[in-house]
Amino acid sequence: MLGEYAAEDGRILAGGQSLVPTMAFRLAKPAHLIDINGIAALEKLNVENGSLSIGACVRHAAFHRPALAGPLGALLTTVVHHIAHYPIRLRGTFCGSLAHADPASEWCLVAATVGADITAISTRGTRTIAAADFFAGIMTTALAEDELLARVNLPVLSRDTRFGFCEFSRRAGDYAIAMTLATLRLEGGAIVDPRVGVGGAEAFPRRIPEAEAALAGRAPNEAVLRAAADAAAHAIDPLEDIQADAAYRRDLVRAMTRRALARACA
Amino acid sequence: MAQPKQKFVGRSVLRLEDRPLLTGAGRFAADISFPGQLHMRVVRSAHAHARILAVHTADAAALPGVHAIWTAADVAHIPPIDFRLTKLVGLEPYRQRALATDRLRYVGEPVAAVFAESAYVAEDAAELVQVEVEELAPVLDALQEPQAFADGLRSEPAVVRKGFGDVDAAFRKAHTVVELDLTVGRHSGVPMETRGLIARHDRTRDVLELYGAAKVPHWNRAQIARMLGRALESVQLYEGHVGGGFGVRGELYPEDLLVCAAALKLARPVKWIEDRREHLLATNHSRQQSHRVRAAVDADGRILAIDDEFFTDQGAYLRTHAATVTDLTAAMLPGPYRVPAYRAVGHVRLTNKTPCGTYRAPGRFESTFVRERLVDAIATRLDIDPIELRRRNLITAAEMPYLRTLGTLGTEIELDSGDYAGLLDKTMAHLDWPALQRRLAQRRAADELVGAGLVMFVEKTGLGPRDLARVSVDGDGAVEVVTGAASVGQGVETVIAQICADALGVDYAGIRVVHGQTDRIAFGMGAFASRVTVMTGEATRIAAAKVRARAVEVAAELLQAPPDLLDVVDGRVVRTDAPEGPSISLGEIARTLAASPDGGLCAESWFQTDHMNYPYGVHAAVVAIDRGTGAVTVECYLVAYDIGKAVNPMLVEGQLVGGVLQGLGGSLYEEFRYDERGEPLCVTFADYLLPTAREAPPVDVLISEDAPSPLNPLGLKGAGEGGASAVGAAVAAAIDAALGMPGAVTALPVTPRKMREILRQETL
Repeated sequence: MLGEYAAEDGRILAGGQSLVPTMAFRLAKPAHLIDINGIAALEKLNVENGSLSIGACVRHAAFHRPALAGPLGALLTTVVHHIAHYPIRLRGTFCGSLAHADPASEWCLVAATVGADITAISTRGTRTIAAADFFAGIMTTALAEDELLARVNLPVLSRDTRFGFCEFSRRAGDYAIAMTLATLRLEGGAIVDPRVGVGGAEAFPRRIPEAEAALAGRAPNEAVLRAAADAAAHAIDPLEDIQADAAYRRDLVRAMTRRALARACA
Repeated sequence: MAQPKQKFVGRSVLRLEDRPLLTGAGRFAADISFPGQLHMRVVRSAHAHARILAVHTADAAALPGVHAIWTAADVAHIPPIDFRLTKLVGLEPYRQRALATDRLRYVGEPVAAVFAESAYVAEDAAELVQVEVEELAPVLDALQEPQAFADGLRSEPAVVRKGFGDVDAAFRKAHTVVELDLTVGRHSGVPMETRGLIARHDRTRDVLELYGAAKVPHWNRAQIARMLGRALESVQLYEGHVGGGFGVRGELYPEDLLVCAAALKLARPVKWIEDRREHLLATNHSRQQSHRVRAAVDADGRILAIDDEFFTDQGAYLRTHAATVTDLTAAMLPGPYRVPAYRAVGHVRLTNKTPCGTYRAPGRFESTFVRERLVDAIATRLDIDPIELRRRNLITAAEMPYLRTLGTLGTEIELDSGDYAGLLDKTMAHLDWPALQRRLAQRRAADELVGAGLVMFVEKTGLGPRDLARVSVDGDGAVEVVTGAASVGQGVETVIAQICADALGVDYAGIRVVHGQTDRIAFGMGAFASRVTVMTGEATRIAAAKVRARAVEVAAELLQAPPDLLDVVDGRVVRTDAPEGPSISLGEIARTLAASPDGGLCAESWFQTDHMNYPYGVHAAVVAIDRGTGAVTVECYLVAYDIGKAVNPMLVEGQLVGGVLQGLGGSLYEEFRYDERGEPLCVTFADYLLPTAREAPPVDVLISEDAPSPLNPLGLKGAGEGGASAVGAAVAAAIDAALGMPGAVTALPVTPRKMREILRQETL
């Protein structure tokens, strides 16, 4: 159906937590809505081949409790409580967040940081897009108009992976003005495989190589974490909006990164 | 006759209003519909300032289901909306019309109205209405020199001047002069229920009915009748459940006139339900002011004079409140302190933003922020403890009543009663202030940014000049109180029933209290200025007492007993000397009086007063600041409030806590911001940040009854606004203390971004 209607302004409706308010404001006026709710195949949430597979109709609330044992399950449960409010989490979907690609989306940050594989299907076939290639700008992705984001696969994190997440918003449940997700391992007192993802601060969430370089192989002490946070604050190309100018966003990225790292290393 | 006992007044009895609300039987404006109704959608200006060249409606009119589209020409016969309060000479040209005629003066201004078979069609059609304009430069800063509002009219409709004493002499002899520039941001009341109006013309009786009325139905009724050229009796307003008022809901707006005029002209009921975006654009804004204030003090910190020049950003037109907020700001600024000489010059300035009105504690939220910031600055300058400095300047209980020699809202300000220092003592003891300060000092020593602020204020409540109530008992003993009050959700029915119950001698729970229905009582002033409990309450008490006296008089005859041995208990007239002896119910008495010339067991009474009364209080806040993000968390909050006599302490507490939350909104979260073209940036709840339960601190309430009002026998004062009045001042003082930077906060709201800017200065 999407193949048929995409050209005529057809849109997928899953949880509707972003699309429907946009329609209420008459900013989006899709000619056709294709409701994918009720398609059992899209509700799958399971671990297969070392990754967590999240179907297009899996709701945020599915992560209120760990979806799997180990760090990834704990990470998703930590993050989900920062997504909007309870009623929204009951309806909104993980994949819908990625397809919408709001710069402040927590799931987009998770996808970018842990390295999600995103599966898009259309009448033309199926393809997998790496998170690093998926986000293209504010609410802009690599998805074609006729493609359905069918599922997202997150690599299961090794048992010794540590993570830290920290988000700043004006009120509980508001869009993040800045947030950082960090994952790393500690081997022999040194940081290994650090990943530092920043969201809400730029056009789309991404890993910050400068911050990761400041961590790799170093001991997780105050000075190292601070240097990584500073590196993240300098590396970003900050969004400016009603809530935050560039200088303030850099301040927030520094504070969020510092705290996320402290939590990861605690 | 035995004296009435206080069985219900003073007790936290449950609200009579809650049963329908909690069982899904509430009836708000959107719940009301009539067969054949049309839906109105207002086409609003997309420009802050522009000249209208043409309004093209043909495309919209062609949409199936569109019944009519009106532009200014269709409502040219309707005069501009008049002022309800603080009508100064020369303000008339600044009033707003139902639809813009030649100029658009703010984004959101009604320029056309679509009437259609459904709300959806109306909204679709409204989008097709094209407004052709020539854009003009907007005025967005009230500090800017006044511009031309229209030919020969400047954008400064009025300058309010108040004062007494020789200010200049006081400054000449001052030991120290302290000067501050302070600003309060633009924010407003945002009720959970948006505005909603349903007008219907009953052609059988030739009565125009308007549902969705709130706050001031009688005044609005008279205006609508006058403006539409109808007899008063042919217009009736009906208030249903109201999901919050806060000053903004229920005033007479352009939409009220549009639905009424359309119902008459189109001969169909017309319904309009405001959406949230419209609400944030179209309903009254409030608060925005800039002050340049200075104080002259002696070496001990005693205030010799206060001199304040301020600018109210009034928005694009003068609505029903005219210069009220500016006037109240000037009148209430001296607060609880002895100020020998005072001068306030308040400029009412128009800008190309949403017009402003009153919002809970109008003029007091603003002036309390200014005054208490000033007092803290004096304390800092002279190195005197800020609480000690306040003590030195407080008006004492012995000086009451204290004539301020200032007037506002047609009354002279005479502080009727109060023991300000006594309440300060109570508050300090309640908080264990020294211990609190020690704990905070320890946390600061551990590098936390925490601090406490304590400020004082005087409120004004019980605005007259009069109110009317009618109490009647029917043959079954059912009691009804008909009032001209309005309920915006604050518990009017419960409080009035409590007062009536004690005065009459019945249970409060069975009393039916009518409010907001213009066909039930000829006079009503409604609900504003924290007036209902005082004014309607006292009118009710007098009427109930008359009914009680009449019942006893009749019973004395029927029971063959001397009246002075009779009492009314639980709806029966009984002998005080023989409680188990013969008695007679109020219903039986009503039946015997049914045929009497006075129409049964009932009485109507006025309560008149020339003065408002003045409750007062202390607010204290403890805040913590996140150094990294600039976020301010209010850890706990205290309101101490002397209300004279609390009819229902639970409801008083609810009023105060709700007020604190709204005050926190204006202090930390809420602000209507505009870009440089006058485009409003906060038109959704994602950008206009109301504090939610998650941001709400624990609020401790200390209700005190040390200073009953001498102006009414129960000693009542109002509760509606004292929770909001001093929040900005208290939060600012607490932030200063947390930062260890006295005077750091000069503007509200204190957003985390602004806080970070202050913190960056700290680290430099």
